[in-house]
Amino acid sequence: MAEAFTKSMARNIFYGGSAFFFLLFLALTFDTMGQLPNRDNRAALEGELGPVIAQGKALWENNDCIGCHTLLGEGAYFAPELGNVYKRFGNSTDAIKGFIMSRPKDGIPGRRSMPQFNFNDEELTALAEFLKYVSEINTAGWPPNIQG
Amino acid sequence: MKYQSQSVAKLYFIAAIALFAAQILFGLIMGLQYVVGDFLFPEIPFNVARMVHTNALIVWMLMAFMGAAYYLVPEEAETELFAPWLATLMFWIFLVAAGLTVAGYLLVPYATLAELTMNELWPTMGREFLEQPTITKLGIVIVALAFLFNIGMTILKGRKTVVNLVMLLGLVGLAVFFLFAFYNPVNVVMDKFFWWWTVHLWVEGVWELILGAILAFVLIKTTGVDREVIEKWLYIIIAMTLITGIIGTGHHFFWIGTPEYWQWWGSIFSAMEPIPFFMMTVFAFNMVNKRRREHPNKVAILWALGTAVMAFLGAGVWGFLHTLSPVNYYTHGTQITAAHGHMAFYGAYVMINLTIISYAMPLLRGRNAANPPKSQIMEMWSFWLMTVSMVFITLFLTGAGILQSYLQRMGENPQSFMAVQDQIALFYWLREIAGVVFLIGLILYIASFFVGQSDPEAVAAD
Repeated sequence: MAEAFTKSMARNIFYGGSAFFFLLFLALTFDTMGQLPNRDNRAALEGELGPVIAQGKALWENNDCIGCHTLLGEGAYFAPELGNVYKRFGNSTDAIKGFIMSRPKDGIPGRRSMPQFNFNDEELTALAEFLKYVSEINTAGWPPNIQG
Repeated sequence: MKYQSQSVAKLYFIAAIALFAAQILFGLIMGLQYVVGDFLFPEIPFNVARMVHTNALIVWMLMAFMGAAYYLVPEEAETELFAPWLATLMFWIFLVAAGLTVAGYLLVPYATLAELTMNELWPTMGREFLEQPTITKLGIVIVALAFLFNIGMTILKGRKTVVNLVMLLGLVGLAVFFLFAFYNPVNVVMDKFFWWWTVHLWVEGVWELILGAILAFVLIKTTGVDREVIEKWLYIIIAMTLITGIIGTGHHFFWIGTPEYWQWWGSIFSAMEPIPFFMMTVFAFNMVNKRRREHPNKVAILWALGTAVMAFLGAGVWGFLHTLSPVNYYTHGTQITAAHGHMAFYGAYVMINLTIISYAMPLLRGRNAANPPKSQIMEMWSFWLMTVSMVFITLFLTGAGILQSYLQRMGENPQSFMAVQDQIALFYWLREIAGVVFLIGLILYIASFFVGQSDPEAVAAD
């Protein structure tokens, strides 16, 4: 680098640039938080099914579903996307419950299979309602089609 | 080794390598499960293997960063570590916490682990990479605070150098952004948004400061180039890292419920994220070309140059490949993401840690500068085997990802996830073979610590 460009100039660019863009990031975050109520389907969380959805999210987390599946494209890539599974299963929570319930305990020879979690009906309902809630978030048109 | 207290780094480096081995073994298990779906089912389901694979990676990165700090901070500050006993104590706390956590993953179902650790009191589990029980996360915070105190006090009482300052900034940032791991609202969009404040601002933010500081330290030591020159480069590289990388977080906010303007902010800024990595490549090669001494530790220089190249390819090029929102619309959450993740993590963080280990371990083991030639040659073999096999792992996953994006999301008749997975199985088999070669490289790497130890050490041909 040219001699005219000194270490203290480089240092100032580092501190000034980082501080500026971090503040810009905070400003964008602040604006995003203002827009989320119109996008993130929080009405579902505030409605009468709110506690059921919260229970569903806890089950989703406590069984590490994200360790195989993606949710809105984030997670592991071993099993199907679940952000839109409610729609893929014909807008049916019963279809979701039926699928989870029917997994064989010892898997399927030679193939990937979801474990049998032995959920009771209340838990199955909670998970299905959680997935329904996620499917109604405004995700800017993603995924490209129903296959996820 | 100039200061006695630097020797605590050795514990951290050994544990890091052991966890690296665990990471690779579980990676091979997962790779096989991709094609032999019932392998080890239901004893070790895929998600459990994946937790061990990714968490072992994260912990060994943290272990190696801490080891690097305990090694280079006293040397840069020209003083003994503030409290060596604290560093040793924290090592054992960290190791036991990590060991218990992995044992928990493997021995009981995850839901049972959540129950045993009373996750319901403060639920933080079950989110990607942050699967650790809340109590383990608290342990990490305690270890990190004690570590920062120790390193900070050492820097305060000694010489202040740019390398130490940047290292400290990176480590403080690491601790601060980890705190977002404790925020877990029911609202999925808010959860995801702030989850990235830990994950993205770590690996595409503050960790790059740590990377830069370690690279600068090793280049100062091995090339003899004037510190002023290297420090100027370091500042400008990390400036570009944060200028592009902070707003670059937006490339994760395209499709998770956040406003559409993130598609512009995220695409434009993250498209510039390769710039600091390219500068790092130019920097490393320039410094080695301008070297004023021939350092006998040739393999450490090889790792340093390898880091600069592979970080640019993995983080820079493979990141750019799918970071523009119109492209990401089709590739989001496919094997393209996995391809990028593998080469970026290997190229940037695995390799920088192996660089500092390669540089410091001979000194920590009582040598003057370097390992004997036989040991160095074996380590060079391991460098090439691991690096080339990682390139192939990345290429095979990229092939799988392109086909997956097309068949599932772009073609005339979009097919279901599992139908597509069956059709791209060939690429998963090839990836697994490349993974076995990686394991052979890792075995040679570990073996290089034990060969030719009674030979005289390598000397520089000045």
